[in-house]
Parts: sequence; structure tokens; C-alpha cells
Amino acid sequence: MANNDFLLQFQEFDEDGTLSGNTKDSTSVDMDDMVKSQKQNKTTGPTPFGVENDELDTDDDKAELLSNGKSKNAPFWTFEYYQMFFDVDTQEVKERIFGSVLPWRGKNFVRLHIRSNPDLYGPFWICATLVFAIAISGNISTFLKHHGNPQYKYVPEFRKVTMAATAIYTYAWLVPLALWGFLTWRNSKVVNSVTYSFLEIVCVYGYSLSIYIPAVVLWIIPNEGVRWFSIVAALCLSGSVLVMTFWPAIRDDHRRVAIAIIVTIVALHVLLAVGCKAYFFSTREYDNTSIMGQKEDIKTVATKTP
Amino acid sequence: MAEVDEANKPLFAGLSDVSISEDIPVEGDIAVPMASSSGDDEFSTLDEPVKDTILRDLKAVGNKFVHVMYPKKSSALLRDWDLWGPLLLCVTLALLLQGGSADSKEDGGPQFAEVFVIIWFGSVIITLNSKLLGGTISFFQSLCVLGYCILPLTVAMLVCRLVLLLLNAATASFIVRLVIVTASFGWSTFASTAFLADSQPTNRKALVVYPVFLFYFVIGWMILTFSPSS
Repeated sequence: MANNDFLLQFQEFDEDGTLSGNTKDSTSVDMDDMVKSQKQNKTTGPTPFGVENDELDTDDDKAELLSNGKSKNAPFWTFEYYQMFFDVDTQEVKERIFGSVLPWRGKNFVRLHIRSNPDLYGPFWICATLVFAIAISGNISTFLKHHGNPQYKYVPEFRKVTMAATAIYTYAWLVPLALWGFLTWRNSKVVNSVTYSFLEIVCVYGYSLSIYIPAVVLWIIPNEGVRWFSIVAALCLSGSVLVMTFWPAIRDDHRRVAIAIIVTIVALHVLLAVGCKAYFFSTREYDNTSIMGQKEDIKTVATKTP
Repeated sequence: MAEVDEANKPLFAGLSDVSISEDIPVEGDIAVPMASSSGDDEFSTLDEPVKDTILRDLKAVGNKFVHVMYPKKSSALLRDWDLWGPLLLCVTLALLLQGGSADSKEDGGPQFAEVFVIIWFGSVIITLNSKLLGGTISFFQSLCVLGYCILPLTVAMLVCRLVLLLLNAATASFIVRLVIVTASFGWSTFASTAFLADSQPTNRKALVVYPVFLFYFVIGWMILTFSPSS
């Protein structure tokens, strides 16, 4: 009876447009919308260079607090927990890819682009594209090398896809894990001004691999000079993005430890690039088969001449 | 309080006629009429000859093939999804991709299991991707659409094998096969996006379409690089 009267009676409205006696869920939704519209204004409008770092920091704090309260409550065995990591739009993914390719002096990739919204879409699909790009262009380059050779039988080497997938996914996921563990351990000894979460490091590594996709396509061209130029260019660009991202996190540490970490990051990056080139685009096979072809020709000529 | 009731009584007077007092028992058949007829259907599908069952399923599969070849905005593929068609296409494609080179050790072509795993695992990953990005399509509907849209590529595989049998010039046959595979890859991608794109939020359509593009590109690559053992 009381409920029916409540429904039939005229309800009083508060000044801010919500029903009186309502819970505070509606107010928290308004705050999130305001912060989200602020975020969008930030991405669209240009900001002056000097003021940028302070503004980004305060917005990041606010966004972090709100996002922590809003969405990270789902337990890890539900589907909604993983949906949080795919909360990106097409435009954001494009911006992140371009940001990882073109290093800007003074702008940190994580602060500028990731902004407490690390996603798993970019790292996963960029690695998948890179795996198939390496396998396919390696196959094409082998075919082009042996094109005039009548004894060469073309085989599409699908075993190499598995090798490429293992190598790239290991690099993109285990190296960030090791780096995150190491940085967290150092953070317990020397307090750093900047700390990254595991997913942010995975994001940086995943997006930094995106420059290799055009480089790998360029490796189809059989010219060694072009190949080395493209690999060096890709290494410089993505390596500098990685270095500039991780330098603020370790510059408060001892000098030797900081240098060692930077050298390790760059060395692993170089190892991946050169290793892929050596395994999928090796030039040694060609020499062996051509030498064998010449030997057989000499034998047939020798047996023919009486 | 009483005045409010007085004022409300003429408005809601009709309700008192509808209200049921406790001493009159409620009788009637709660069962929805549709439910009883589907119950009859279940009985009859058990009793019908096997030929009817198989033909009905084959007709459904064939109907969906027609919808894939002429992609219009129809919901037939989505509403009545089934996985028979994708299974049929996947097995056919995997069998056609066997070059008959099982005896050679340096066989670089894909094994039957590899093709099977690539198609099904790839479809599952693309479906999970679209659901994680906020898509409204269900898991099996998406698997159904992705599986059925392999049909143009399977047809291209058949044509490529014919071309390899008939044409002996390597370059000409390669160019013909390239054109056929490219056309069918484009057709597959277009057909599947026609079905899947509606279920995505507008600012993430490209993020969902790109994995589908990659998936059909890899399958097209496997078809193009097929070389039978001579």
C-alpha cells in the first residue's frame, strides 16, 4: 500500500535534476562523463609544449583515481575484466601506432598516448601481423632468389610461421614481464618518480614492434643494401621510443644500473631484428645450391666430352 | 491521503473489475500455443526418415551459401546459425590443399590438421576479439558467418587446381591464379563485413574488420602458394 501511494504521488525533484532519495550512482556517472569529455578535449586540442607535462600529470591522477574506482572491480575470471583492456577506438589505436613510430623529444609515449588505458588489442594484433608478414615475405624472397634455378622446387614453408610466432610473442610478452619485475624490484630499493604497470610496458613493446611491419615488407627486395638500411632505420626509431619511455623510470637509480638496463633493452631489440633477418632471409642457402648446380654441370660436361 | 484516493478512484475505477479476489480459483491453460506445436514437431522429427532430416539440413546450408554468394543485408545467416556449412567448407579446403606430397620429407605445404587448426582457431580468436571490443553478436553466430564466408575461397581453390592442371606455362598460370585468389579474398572479406559490421559500435568498426582481413589474407596466401607435387 505504501509503495502504491509512493508511485501515484507527485515526486519532488532536486536542483540537480535527480530524484530525491536516489543513490549516489548517478552523481558518479556524471563525474566520469565530465572527465571523459575533458580527456577528449585534450586529445583534439593542441597544448603548449612547456605547460604540457604538468597538465598531463594532474589529468592522469584524476583519471587514474576515477578509473580505479569505476571499472577495475570485475574479478579476473569474468569476461568484463578482459573487456576493460579492449576499451579503445580506431582513432586511439592509430594515434598510438604513430606515436610509437615517431619519437618526439620530451614526450613520453606512455604518458601521452596510453594514459592509464593500456589495451591488449594493439600488442596482440601487431604481433600477429608481424608474424605473418615475416613468414610471407621470407617465402617470397626465397622464391625470388631461386627464380632462375630449374632444380629449385618451391615449397611454402609453413613450419617457419610457427617459429616466427614463438619468437615474436615471446619477445613481446616475456621481455616486458622480466623488465617489469626488475623495475619493481629496483623500485623497492630506490624510489623512482615514474613507475609503469605491467600492461603499460606490454603496450609499449607491442606498439614499438609496429615499425617492423613495413621494414619486413621492404626485405622482399633482394638488395642487401636496402635490407640493411631498412633494418637500421626501424631499429633506430623503435629503439629510441623504448629508450625515451624507460629513461624517466630509471634515471633516479644508480648510474651503472640505469645504463645496464638501457643497454639490455636495446640489445634485445637488435637481437630480435637481426635474428629474424638471419633466419628467414638467409643468403647462405643460395650459395650452396648454386655451387652444387655448378658442380653437377661440370660433371655432365666432363662425362659428355669423350 | 483520503482526498488523493478520492481523486484517483474515478481514474482507476476500471481496475477493480479486473482484480481477482481470492475465493475465485484461477483456471486455464498457461501453455503458449507455439510451445505445443513445437512439441509436436519434436516428435515428428524423430519419426521422419533420415533422408528428410539430411535434406532439410542440406537445404539450410545451401540457402546460406546463396546468401554468402550474393551478400545482401539479410539476417538469415545470423538468425538460424549452424556449423555444418563451415565444417563442410573447412574439410573440403583442407583436403584440396593436400598436394599429394605426403611421401616427400621436404614437404612444405600445410598439413590437413594445420589448415583445420588455422581456420577454427582463427575464427575463435576473431570472435573473441569482436566480443571484447563490445560487439553484440553471439559467439556461434560469428563462427557461423566467418565459416560460411570461406566459400568464395574454396571455390577459388577448386578453380586454381583446374588451372594448374590445364595451363602449363608457369607465369601465366600464376597470374591467373593471383587474380582469382585476390578476387575471392576480396569477396570473402566484403561478405563477412556485410554481416558482422552492423553488430559493432561505430567507432570500432575498423578494429573488428582488420583481423577478418588478416584471416582471409592468410587463407588466400595458402591457396595461392599451393603447388602440387609433380
